[in-house]
Amino acid sequence: MSSELTVGFLPLIDACLPILAREHGFAEAEGLSLRLVKDASWATVLDRLLYGQSDAAHMVAPLALATTLGRGRPATPLSVPFVLGLNGNAITLRCDLADRVAPSAGRLGDPTAVGAALREAAMERKRAGSRLRFGVVHRYSSHNYMLRYWLAACGVRPDADVEIVTVAPPFCADALQAGDVDGICVGEPWNSVAVARGAGRIVLATAQIWRRGVEKVLAMREPVLAERREDIEALVRALIAAARHFVDPDNHEANAAILARSEYLDGSVELIRRAISDRLLLRKNGKPVHYPDFMFQYREAANFPWISQALWLYTQMTRWDGTEYSDEEAEKVARVFRPDVYRSALLGSREPLPGASSKVEGSLAGLTAVGTQQGAMTLEDNRFFDRIAFDPHEMRGYLANLP
Amino acid sequence: MRIAVVDESATRAAVICDGLAALDDCELFVITERREMVARISAVSPDIVLMDLGNPSRDMLEEYFAVSRAVARPIAMFVDESDAESIAASVEAGVSAYVVDGLAPHRIRPVLDLAVRRFNAFARLEADLAEARGKLAERETIDRAKRILMDSRGMGEPQAYAELRKTAMNQGRRIIDIAEAVLTAHQLLGGK
Repeated sequence: MSSELTVGFLPLIDACLPILAREHGFAEAEGLSLRLVKDASWATVLDRLLYGQSDAAHMVAPLALATTLGRGRPATPLSVPFVLGLNGNAITLRCDLADRVAPSAGRLGDPTAVGAALREAAMERKRAGSRLRFGVVHRYSSHNYMLRYWLAACGVRPDADVEIVTVAPPFCADALQAGDVDGICVGEPWNSVAVARGAGRIVLATAQIWRRGVEKVLAMREPVLAERREDIEALVRALIAAARHFVDPDNHEANAAILARSEYLDGSVELIRRAISDRLLLRKNGKPVHYPDFMFQYREAANFPWISQALWLYTQMTRWDGTEYSDEEAEKVARVFRPDVYRSALLGSREPLPGASSKVEGSLAGLTAVGTQQGAMTLEDNRFFDRIAFDPHEMRGYLANLP
Repeated sequence: MRIAVVDESATRAAVICDGLAALDDCELFVITERREMVARISAVSPDIVLMDLGNPSRDMLEEYFAVSRAVARPIAMFVDESDAESIAASVEAGVSAYVVDGLAPHRIRPVLDLAVRRFNAFARLEADLAEARGKLAERETIDRAKRILMDSRGMGEPQAYAELRKTAMNQGRRIIDIAEAVLTAHQLLGGK
């Protein structure tokens, strides 16, 4: 007898792991019957989770923290035992703006150089009495925080110098084409859709802003994790198996075909296959460019819910919501990510488990072996583009030193 | 009380408004356009905004409500925790409600209850319609199968139908299944 779990998702490539866990039978092998529910907004994915129509959900990481803290909804503690992936987003600008700030159209720009040129353009627009406008997919998304982090570090003050608004992923290309926004920060396949339509050019991948930035997570209500602990641990194992399958180049073709189906992304197999093999078509009629680790779904224990990642997101949340940092909130946030569940689900498996549950984010310039609880683990470059590291023990100081 | 119904389906919006019209002293405003949605809502200055859960613009709308730039009065997701049951019913029916700050729960409840009922009614209507469409398609398939039998075996119409029915009964299948099999076989054998 298998247990049924209902998992909500938005039709984005990084919903791949639950989809593949179901399609390739990894869930079934763990005694789970996965039911997947597709929605069109994070608000609805969240509502279904909060009102019991789903047991777990694919979710932008900051939203899981915001919900726990009661921002936008009454506070409801959520738990995250698994990270569904790192990065996978890009910044696409209107063609004329892209030509100005990132003139070498054949490759991704340099974040510092593009940022400096963008600052010029933003200030010029501001002097003319309006502001450049960017679309992000949600107020509480990594897209929003990555874009803001980059802009601020380049001397562009979000909200003051440029406007940042929410645009639903399927409308991003439209908004860019219609001139409603000058740039978008969105996940795939939506950048590629905008490029294919000639609405814009991809100038940066968010992985260039933070090489190992946490993106989507598997979230659930805290009591659901407690009541269905065994099922959730089984789900973690099924998702890990799906992640291993997803990153194997031999499977890209088949997986792209599954994800493209109408009940999932309902999109182009070609665009999806390109994104999952880390290739990006930066401009219309160009040639795809390979950017390694554009999406990051498995290696280096990418799915491990590092508490330091949650805390970095919390610093950005206070920064951009304009609220005071509080130790009490930070503690609540730290409890959302559940490395203990990840560990107990995978103890004794061949998956490496790190020794620590928190780390200094963005401190590694190259290959570094780290201590583990089981297996061997080597981390690669995980820096932010401005080389500032985040020490979760020094959050106040970190925030004070940010622009 | 001013109620904005935001729905990209004009038909569903009409069904909902029709239901809400029964409420006393309610003014209804329907917004079906995606572009300039926030400006339109803001111009209405609503006490309640009803929106279907399948609308991709919910995140955008919630952001505007959260920062309250576009609307004069703060609006919150209708999330009075004392009324979780009513919210769960609305999520199940597929409708979300945003309510201006300070509106008394006893004024919200009837609106939400009605909206839920109308959403459910609309869903039933759609299901009926889909079923009717399916029936119509079945009818056509059976007619085509009959025509094939009439042409290839020189049968009259009643005889062709009787043949289909007899085969269905003998095999314990539905007539539509037999008709589809006839069509498939006919195609495979080079017919049109």
